[in-house]
Amino acid sequence: MIAGLPIGFAAPWVLLGLIALPILWILLRAIPPAPIRRRFPGVALLLGLQDEDTVTDRTPWWLLLLRSLVLAAVIIGLAGPILNPTDQSKQGSNRLLVLFDGGWASASAWSERMAMVEGILDAAAHSNRLAAVVSLTEPNAPRFQPAATWKARLPGVLPNPWQPDPTLMGSFSTTLGAQDFDTIWLSDGLSNPARSGLLQVLQTHGDVRVVENRLGLMALQRPVVDGGLLRITAQRIGPALERDVTVQAHGLDPSGAAAVLASVELSFAAGEENASAELALPAELRARITRFEISGEGSAGAVALSDDSLQRREVALIAGREEREGLQLLSPLHYLRQALQPNAEVLEGPLGDLLPAKPDVVVMADVAGLAPSEEAALLKWTEAGGLLVRFAGPRLAASELARSGEHPLMPVRLRVGGRSVGGAMSWGQPKALAPFSQDSPFFGLQIPDEVRVSAQVVAQPDPSLASRVIAELSDGTPLVTRKEVGQGQVVLFHVTANAEWSGLPLSGLFVQMLDRLAVLSSADRASEDRIAGTIWQPVKVLDGFGRLEDGQTLPGVDGVELISNDLGPKLRPGLYRDGMHLLARNVIEDDNRLTAADWPNDIQVEGLSTPPSENLSGLFLGLALILLAADVLASLLVSGRFWGSRQVAAVLAVLLLPQLSEAQNATAIRDTREVVLGHILTGDRAVDKMAHAGLVGLSETLFFRTSVEPNEPAELNLETDELAFYPLLYWPISTDQPTPSPEAYAKLNTYLRSGGMILFDTRDADVARFGTASPNGRKLQRLAAPLDIPPLEVLPNDHVLTRTFYLLQDFPGRYDSRDVWVEAAPVDAVKIEGMPFRNLNDGVTPVVIGGNDWASAWAQDGRGNTMVPVGRGRAGERQRELAYRFGVNLVMHVLTGNYKSDQVHVPALLDRLGQ
Amino acid sequence: MISNPQLRTRAEAEAARLPPLLAQAEQLAGTVLLGEHGRRRAGLGDDFWQYRPVQPGDSLRMIDWRRSARSDAQFVRQREWQVAQSVMLWVDQAASMGFASTKEGVTKRDRARVLSLALSILLIRSGERVGLTGTTLPPRRGEAQILRLTEMLLTDENDDYGTPEARAMLPHARAVFLSDFLGDMDAVEAALLKAADRGVRGVIFQILDPAEESFPYEGRAIFESMGGSLSHETRKASELRQRYLDRLAKRRDRLQHLARVTGWQFGSHDTGHSAQSALLWIYRALEQKL
Repeated sequence: MIAGLPIGFAAPWVLLGLIALPILWILLRAIPPAPIRRRFPGVALLLGLQDEDTVTDRTPWWLLLLRSLVLAAVIIGLAGPILNPTDQSKQGSNRLLVLFDGGWASASAWSERMAMVEGILDAAAHSNRLAAVVSLTEPNAPRFQPAATWKARLPGVLPNPWQPDPTLMGSFSTTLGAQDFDTIWLSDGLSNPARSGLLQVLQTHGDVRVVENRLGLMALQRPVVDGGLLRITAQRIGPALERDVTVQAHGLDPSGAAAVLASVELSFAAGEENASAELALPAELRARITRFEISGEGSAGAVALSDDSLQRREVALIAGREEREGLQLLSPLHYLRQALQPNAEVLEGPLGDLLPAKPDVVVMADVAGLAPSEEAALLKWTEAGGLLVRFAGPRLAASELARSGEHPLMPVRLRVGGRSVGGAMSWGQPKALAPFSQDSPFFGLQIPDEVRVSAQVVAQPDPSLASRVIAELSDGTPLVTRKEVGQGQVVLFHVTANAEWSGLPLSGLFVQMLDRLAVLSSADRASEDRIAGTIWQPVKVLDGFGRLEDGQTLPGVDGVELISNDLGPKLRPGLYRDGMHLLARNVIEDDNRLTAADWPNDIQVEGLSTPPSENLSGLFLGLALILLAADVLASLLVSGRFWGSRQVAAVLAVLLLPQLSEAQNATAIRDTREVVLGHILTGDRAVDKMAHAGLVGLSETLFFRTSVEPNEPAELNLETDELAFYPLLYWPISTDQPTPSPEAYAKLNTYLRSGGMILFDTRDADVARFGTASPNGRKLQRLAAPLDIPPLEVLPNDHVLTRTFYLLQDFPGRYDSRDVWVEAAPVDAVKIEGMPFRNLNDGVTPVVIGGNDWASAWAQDGRGNTMVPVGRGRAGERQRELAYRFGVNLVMHVLTGNYKSDQVHVPALLDRLGQ
Repeated sequence: MISNPQLRTRAEAEAARLPPLLAQAEQLAGTVLLGEHGRRRAGLGDDFWQYRPVQPGDSLRMIDWRRSARSDAQFVRQREWQVAQSVMLWVDQAASMGFASTKEGVTKRDRARVLSLALSILLIRSGERVGLTGTTLPPRRGEAQILRLTEMLLTDENDDYGTPEARAMLPHARAVFLSDFLGDMDAVEAALLKAADRGVRGVIFQILDPAEESFPYEGRAIFESMGGSLSHETRKASELRQRYLDRLAKRRDRLQHLARVTGWQFGSHDTGHSAQSALLWIYRALEQKL
């Protein structure tokens, strides 16, 4: 510290150089500015004149002052001034351990923590201390290295989305050894059982300073659906002041773009640790919410991911004719209704009314016959991804459905009559269920003993039967069968949906099975028995800051571990998927309460507010440079060499104005004087060379055959060159060409909208039919995606391109594929009676897409020789000729628009067509 | 040996200098020719000038009887004087004349050449004989002399300051000295006196650059003459300004004084002003004395 100012110096001895300033003053005063040599005939009159005032040759005092300031700034800059230097006397040991908690709770003020650690490390570097940085979420034995080394590695230290593990913290304290060091512990303020133990160990090694964020911490609970309302709850630790926070619900808008769907204000009352609010949202909107977030908090704890629990599936229940009215418990739908109503929207009614409502699931209990139209609609709905669950029953057993052949809406063929076991006329006992096989979606469910099946419909043995059984009785008869239909599936329970044939609907297993079949959304997900045996694949995982990352590369997690284990490197918070189910593992689950860390009384907890020390050398040296620049001007002024204001303005203008490229202007002038074809530079030299040679060949052809006399073709760099001068751009596609920048795309779109045309050439003969599979085709799709391209169609026979100059029906290049794509004609274009063409008068197609490698067919070298062989013999020459004709037609189309589409030309064209 | 292309380019470059000077001079002369005719005094010639009363000493043959018959007095008919005069030019071609303070501005030499050639054109067109002082180009009449003068005027000299050439002066001829007169004044004085001795009258015309008239320099500077033979260093040029201007005024006074003594006219011109006014002044100055 110097005289109360918070400035220290790294090398204070350099300041002795300031003593040299008076010497400089004297020196500068003695040395006058250098004279200018001037030619002047009037010198004859000057001869013998003496300078009267000998003082005036000295440097003016203000210039002296300026130069002294320059030198002073340089000296002070080199002395290494530091703002807010740390007090050297406070430190004890030569080693410094910087300890982060490093969990999600540290993420909310991460940049402040980092700034503070940087300051600490800077100070340690100045006093040549060794430092180590350790994050308790990934505790390694501290490695003490020079503080500057750690400072360089600091950006790599990031918060993890889990909290420090007490056992790992315990083992960390054993790795510390016997060395002495001071500790700075950047705590996140949450309590941890291992904290006091570690603190005691650290105190045996040296001083411990604890730093916490005084602003506290907030976390968001998983929102719960409560009577149609979303209840959002947040908790906090820290100052118990009144505070309002905003919780935003993020999700996808109907077009699929991420958006904030709703936001709600939560206000913490003074002294309260919890705040909650209710949010009423339509079910459809609610289903689209992907996560809730406390805005501005920026930690994983402030994010609550939403999963299926916010969604309610729509289930349509359909029964056969209800004959026995009033006998509710015998109704085929009663148990289904009971099972479904708590967690799903149940729709009931005739099938024809329900299908248009697009239910997620259709459950049909003992329905045998459907009207053909209903059946077709149901089949279509199933194929589009619907889940059809059917239950057997007396009617199904009696009907002829799926007897002789497999019915599309039945998973298996059925035997006549079904079977009854354990009845008066049969032998044996009612059958129990066999344990579910590993392939079955029900695998892992506990089978209650009391479930017995006394009657069922029986599947006809069939080669495909075994693969369709997902549950069977103890004697191996199928109980539940399933079949994929299109993207959907049909599931048949071979028993009734009521307790008539089996005890299944009475048991809890029934609901769990429906849940596994994704009839239910997993509203109460936490039951371990339902989730046991499932493996959940991470879809999206949260990082410490609460940002979503792709989790597809992470290994799957066992269902029980997913909901019961603590978060850690092996279990990241995020969204997990199992089949149709989506389950969110949040940082804060329902039973997590935030509790503040309790430090012993002898530990003083500091805030994050310590201003980091700052190196001011750069500031002073920069100041010296600015003063030097001023000195140059001042010296010119003093020596009389400072030119008139006009020259100064000119110099400034030259310095400040962007350099205009003479070459670019010259090209622009050349290219606007004549018609010039352009090709896009792909970066592949061979392709670019061929494209150029091709356009040279086409230009020559145009020159000889038409009144279009183009100049040398232009090579266009999308990023730098102006496109507006070129009527036609040839864009060969190569797989490794760079994707243009957004500015370049904007330029291209402007070009297309203002009447330019781009000829895309995949140069692969379009073997894969309009770029579905070939590498160049895929590249073209990626390149053209941001372009403003209208709907396309294969070039129709009556397109104006077929007759702008030559009458053509083929458009070969080096390859001869007919598929050339152009802008689709308006649907209402009609063919007038007796005319050969439709009336297509508007619009020049902005793009022509094909793969015929036209440039190679057109290519000519400097002497007019063709460069690439096309086809064989005379047929090949004919093909090349047609390629040229296509090129001529294309340029004519660009230049004359749809002039040839005018019906005025029809008689002449008819004549030429020989009709 | 000079190769053909070289010779040709050099010849063309030389030739290219002639027409502009000539054209400039002719254009300048053209502005003055209008309305400036005759010698305005009686003498030998064809045109009528005036009638004057007979004075003692006039012979009877000189009386114009037709005019005298109309009144009681007798008159002599005079014709306008049309005797051709010889005018000799001295144009300072020394290096000091090549000075121009600004890049766009004309050098003093250029201005002197244009003025002298324009003057020559005017004089030759009105029948005088014009030549250069010294023996290089004696006064002659005729358009061809203009071309010869042009050629002679385009030769530069390497000396720092020029000295007037007063040899081979025709007695009673007219002379025009164009220079900046920044060189040795004694040589100028000697030349003028020598010319005056031979009855030559004429014009001393000083051409200066604006910078030489105002001395706009500041700061530390080393001033050098155009040839580099003279130099003067100062630490603060602005301090010298007043004394320089005083010296310049003194030199002008001396020239004026010399002119008065020898019966010449003295004029000065600044290349920042138009050449036309200068030409007009010289022409008038010559005419009054012719």
